[in-house]
Amino acid sequence: MLITFLQQLINGISQGSAYALIALGYTMVYGVLGLINFAHSDVYMFGAFMGYYIANSSLVQEQLGGSFLAAIVVMLLAMALSAGLGILIERFAYRPGRTKTRFTLAFWLGILGAMFGALLSDSIVGILAGAGVGIVVGVVVELAGIHPVRQDSRLALLIIAIGVSLFLENGGQLVFGADPKFFPEIIPSTSLNVGELSLDTQKLIVLGVAIILMVLLNLFVNYTKTGKAMRAVSYNLDAAKLMGINTDRIIALTFAVGSALAAAGGILVSLLYPKIDPLMGVMPGLKAFVAAVLGGIGNITGAMVGGLILGFAETMAVGYGSSTYRDAIAFIVLVLILLLKPGGIMGKATVEKV
Amino acid sequence: MKRAVFWIVAILVLVGLQLQMSNWIGAYYYKIVILAGINIILAVSLNLINGITGQFSIGHAGFYAVGAYASASLVTYGEASIRGMVAFLPRVGQDAVLLLLGITVAAIAAGIAGLAVGIPSLRLRGDYLAIVTLGFGEIIRVVILNVDAIGGARGFSSIPALSDFFLFWVFLFVLITVAVITNLVNSSYGRAFISIRDDEVAAEAMGVDTTRFKVLSFVISSMFAGIGGSLFAHYTAYLNPNSFTFITSFTMIIMIVVGGLGSIQGSILGAALITFTLEAFRSLSEFRLVGFSILLVLVMLYRPQGLMGIWELLRLKRSTAIAKS
Repeated sequence: MLITFLQQLINGISQGSAYALIALGYTMVYGVLGLINFAHSDVYMFGAFMGYYIANSSLVQEQLGGSFLAAIVVMLLAMALSAGLGILIERFAYRPGRTKTRFTLAFWLGILGAMFGALLSDSIVGILAGAGVGIVVGVVVELAGIHPVRQDSRLALLIIAIGVSLFLENGGQLVFGADPKFFPEIIPSTSLNVGELSLDTQKLIVLGVAIILMVLLNLFVNYTKTGKAMRAVSYNLDAAKLMGINTDRIIALTFAVGSALAAAGGILVSLLYPKIDPLMGVMPGLKAFVAAVLGGIGNITGAMVGGLILGFAETMAVGYGSSTYRDAIAFIVLVLILLLKPGGIMGKATVEKV
Repeated sequence: MKRAVFWIVAILVLVGLQLQMSNWIGAYYYKIVILAGINIILAVSLNLINGITGQFSIGHAGFYAVGAYASASLVTYGEASIRGMVAFLPRVGQDAVLLLLGITVAAIAAGIAGLAVGIPSLRLRGDYLAIVTLGFGEIIRVVILNVDAIGGARGFSSIPALSDFFLFWVFLFVLITVAVITNLVNSSYGRAFISIRDDEVAAEAMGVDTTRFKVLSFVISSMFAGIGGSLFAHYTAYLNPNSFTFITSFTMIIMIVVGGLGSIQGSILGAALITFTLEAFRSLSEFRLVGFSILLVLVMLYRPQGLMGIWELLRLKRSTAIAKS
C-alpha cells in the first residue's frame, strides 16, 4: 500500500516537474507582458521535434551514439533552437504593436511566399523564389509607408498569440508531417531497486534535470544583473524603461529563457511518453498554464510548486481512479482555484489602480 | 407594424429562395450557402462576447458541440414519440416541430454549459476566460468521445435528416440571431456590455454589475452557438467529435477578427468570406490553415479593426493595458 503510494508519488513528481518547466515560460511572459502566450505550448512541441531530429541526425548518431553526452547535446541544441524560435515570435508577432520595428510584413510574407513556392514547385529553388518574392513585396510595402499599428490592447496581443499558435501547429503539420513520430530512447530505461521500491531511471533523470534547470533559473533571476532587470520589467514596464533598462531586450530574453525551458520540458516528456506529433503541445500547454495559475501567475516559484501539485494530483487521480478523464483533472483544478483563490497559492492579491 | 411587415416579407423571400436556390446554384453551392449561414450564426454570437463585451472566449466550438449533440440526441431518441404527438401535421410540419424542439433543447443545454463555464471565469478580470473556454472545448470533446450512446469516436450517425427545407430554417435563424443581438446591443443591456469592454473599472464605478452582465452576455452567446450546432446536426445528419476541435473555434475567431471585432455586419461579412475562401482553397489542405493563421496575425498587426470593426476597442489607454502592479 505504502509502496504503491510512493511509486505514484515519484511518477507524479516527475510528471509535475515537466509541467513546471513549461509553466515557467507562461508565468515569465505573463509577468513581463501580461499576455497568455498561447504559442508557448507549440514551442514545447517544436522543442520535442528538434530533439527528435537532432537525436536522429547522422552526426549525433555516429559521433556520440548512445552515450550520455549525446543526450546532453540533444537537449542543449534543442533548447537553443527553441530559444531562437521564442525570440523570433516575440520580434515579429508581439513587438510590432509595442514599439517601432521593421521587416514585420517581409517576415510573414516571406513565409507565405515560401509556402506558395513549395506548393507550385516542390523544390528548394521554388521555395526560395517564393520567399524572395514575399520578402521583396513586404519591404516595398513598408517603404511605401505602411507600418504595423501601435496598440496597447491585451486583447489584440491575445489574438496575435492565438494566430501564432495556430501558425506553428499547422506549419508543424506541414513541415514535420501530421502523423505521430517516436522519440528515440536517448537515455536507456532501467529499473533501480531501493528496497521494495522500483524506480525507473528515466523518471529520476527527468526529475533531476528539471530540478537543475529550476535552480539555475532561480539563480539567474535572483542573483544576476539581467535577472534583476527582468524582475524590474515584470514589476513595472514603464518605470523600468525610465530607469534605463532596455526593455525590448529583456522581453526578448524572457521569451528565449521561457522557450528553452519549454523545449527541455518537451524532451523530458518525450522520454517518458515517446509519441510526438505537431498537436502534442495543446494539452500539456493547457495544463502547464493551469499550473502557473495554481501557483500564482507571474510568480516563478509559484509555477514550480503549481506544476508539482498538478502532476501529483493527476497521477493520484489516475492511479486511484479512472484514467478516462485524466485530462479533466487540470480543468477541475483550474475552476476550483478561480472560484476559491484566484490569486493562486503564491500570488499576492492584486489591486487595480486607476 | 413595420416589424411585422419585415418578418412576413423575410419569410416569404426565404420560402421563395428555398424553392429556387438549389436550381440556380446547384447542390454544391447550396451546401456552402447553408454552411455560411450556420457560420454567420456562430460568428455573430461569438462577436457578442468577444467583440461587444470585450471578454475573450476561444472555446466557442464547445458550445456548438453541446448544442449539436443535445439536439441530435433529443431528435434521434425522441423522434417516434414526438411524431406520434403531432401526427395530425403533414410531414414538413412534423419535421419543423422536431427541429424547433431540438433547437430549443440545444439552446438551453448550451446556455447551461455557458453558465457553468462563465461563473467561475468571468468573476475575475483578465484573460482567464480564454483558457477556461479552451479547456472546456477540449474536455467536452473528450466526454463526447467516451459516451457510447451518442456515438463516441465513431461519430453520431443515425440522426434523422430533417433537411428538406433547410435553407429556410438556417436563414430564418440567421435573421433571428442578427435581430436579437442587434437589438440587444442597442438596449440598456448592450450599453452595459459595451461599457464593460471599454473600461471595466469605470463601468463598475457607474453601477454596472460587471460579473452579471459578463455572464449574461456569455450565456446568450453560448445559446446561439447551441442553435447553430442544432442546425448543423440536422443538416448533415452525422456528427463527429473531430468537427468540434479548437481549430473550429479558431476559425470562428478568424471570421470575427477579419470582419472586425465589435461589428455585427463585420461578423456576417467575415463569416461568409472565410467560409467561401476556405471552401475555395480546400484542395490546398494544410496550406490554407497556415495561410489563414498568418492572415490573422497580419490583420491584427496592420488593421486591428478588421474590415468593419470599431477602432475604439483596440485603443484602450496604456494605463489600463499595462497596469498590473
